[in-house]
Amino acid sequence: MGLTIPAFVGRIAFSALAALIGVIFALPLLWFLFAPFNARAELGLAVPAPWTLSNFFTVFGNSYAVQALWNSFIQAVGGVILVGAAATLAAYALSRSSIPGKGAVTYILLLFSSVVSGSAAMVPIFLIISAAGLMDTHLAVILTFAGGLLPTAMFILRDFIDSIPKSYEESAMVAGASPVQAFFDVALPVIRPGIVVIVVWSFVNIWGSFLIPFILLRSDSNMPASVAIYSFYSEAGTPIVTLLAAYSLIYSLPVIALYLFVSWRFGFRFFGGIKA
Amino acid sequence: MTTETTAAPRKRKPRNFALLSNWAGAAFLTPAGILVSVFVIVPFFWVIFVSFTNRTLLGRTALNPEFVGLGNYLTLFDPATFFQRGQFGFSLILTTQFVLASALLGQALLGLLLAWLIQTVPPWVKRITETFVIAAWILPEVVIGFAWFAFLDRDQGTLNMILEGVGLPPGDFLLQQPFWVIVAFNTWRGAAFSMMLFSSAFSSIPPSYFQAADVAGASSWQKFRDIGLPLIHGHIVTDLILITMWTFNTFTPFLLTNGGPSYRTELVSIYNYRVAFQDFQFGKGAAVGVIMMLINLAFALIYLSIGRKKKVR
Repeated sequence: MGLTIPAFVGRIAFSALAALIGVIFALPLLWFLFAPFNARAELGLAVPAPWTLSNFFTVFGNSYAVQALWNSFIQAVGGVILVGAAATLAAYALSRSSIPGKGAVTYILLLFSSVVSGSAAMVPIFLIISAAGLMDTHLAVILTFAGGLLPTAMFILRDFIDSIPKSYEESAMVAGASPVQAFFDVALPVIRPGIVVIVVWSFVNIWGSFLIPFILLRSDSNMPASVAIYSFYSEAGTPIVTLLAAYSLIYSLPVIALYLFVSWRFGFRFFGGIKA
Repeated sequence: MTTETTAAPRKRKPRNFALLSNWAGAAFLTPAGILVSVFVIVPFFWVIFVSFTNRTLLGRTALNPEFVGLGNYLTLFDPATFFQRGQFGFSLILTTQFVLASALLGQALLGLLLAWLIQTVPPWVKRITETFVIAAWILPEVVIGFAWFAFLDRDQGTLNMILEGVGLPPGDFLLQQPFWVIVAFNTWRGAAFSMMLFSSAFSSIPPSYFQAADVAGASSWQKFRDIGLPLIHGHIVTDLILITMWTFNTFTPFLLTNGGPSYRTELVSIYNYRVAFQDFQFGKGAAVGVIMMLINLAFALIYLSIGRKKKVR
């Protein structure tokens, strides 16, 4: 590669600029990388001396903190199962049946789901949950998220199923399989990668969100980590930084793990915005 | 069900061959249909209904709300108070400025710049930069909120440490410049999406276009302006609409500033929360929700009509 001198200088300038932006993006996160391992962490940035895991032991010794992580898990997994199952069935029906008006259904769903966002619909969602007698239950959070995430999940999955040739299921049915058998035994294994994408996407969405559980839950025993984290304040109203930092890291781990999984398994290409 | 569905497809083969009978298709759609109806479609109509009442969270009107017609809307749009701090108009204008500054200028431009830069830099620079930009985007919002809280802390925060290090005066930015803090915050938080969208758009351009330009001696800026930009303009429109919608609805700055100090960062989503859940005025909160949904509807219609045109072509 014969680079001319201006082109060479240009490439260095580009690299320097990209690296500089990377560093600026890293700055707010540095505290979050160091503080969990520092037994005397404060809001200031300090390299731990010595590095320690004691903050993590404190978190795991705090039954309320552990309960909150468990609550996050229940709500996220419950929501994911509901979204995954309902979206798979619905997307398959929209792709493979000849129900009249299914194109319009997809269009209207997409329209509604982008109009009815969590922050615009907080009043009616609160009223619906309250009318159903589900206030302050895990089910309230699970159902609300499932309803909100389903339209997008169905849309992504329908696109995915449309791209798979029908001949797989057709040959199974020629061989005598019923449509339901063709769905469970032939189609389902083929569309599994699409389902994985939706499952990861909805898990990350529910796990990280604050507003819906903040509105729908009341008692400490039901709070997910995203809301419970605000109780790690001393009586004087200052944050207990050591606990907070370690807890933030533990709470982030599933999201990081899933991101790495998707990026390893699927190359983290563009999934139409894996986050809503 | 089985007898019908197995018999039907064979007769109609090969034309109009549907793998699922309408009956089975409807059954498959039912669970999703119920959930979406109850949590997406019903709220849309219910919020309109509630916005015409004086429903509250507590007290007499919680159970027996009265119909007040356009009362809530008239209060929201009362010209005497509309632009005052802590009123609806103030938060609407604030949100517009927030969207313009943090989404359209911040996220889109920074995302475009990053997407262009990482096309040409060495892989290790690309990987490090991408890692932090994407981390800002995927980490849970409360974690990000605390990280920024520590970053901006007046006495110990990383930002002031750096500013003092280079000889600039430190500041209590959450108090002095709360609006610009949430603008920087949202730009930082969301630039990854634009970067990834534009990056995948750039990499779909045939490399021969750029090679031809190289032979002709074009500079990077010329290649960007004359080849890159025109070929991805469809993606730019998509990006602008999506990030506008998300930024308009975002509630995350609440975690950083609580809408304050003195309402200076009270975006419409936060205003909606305060009116409904702190002042307990559900009717008025519902009216805010209706207006937010109308604005969302306008953007969604633009977005979907562009998407449809693309499919037709």
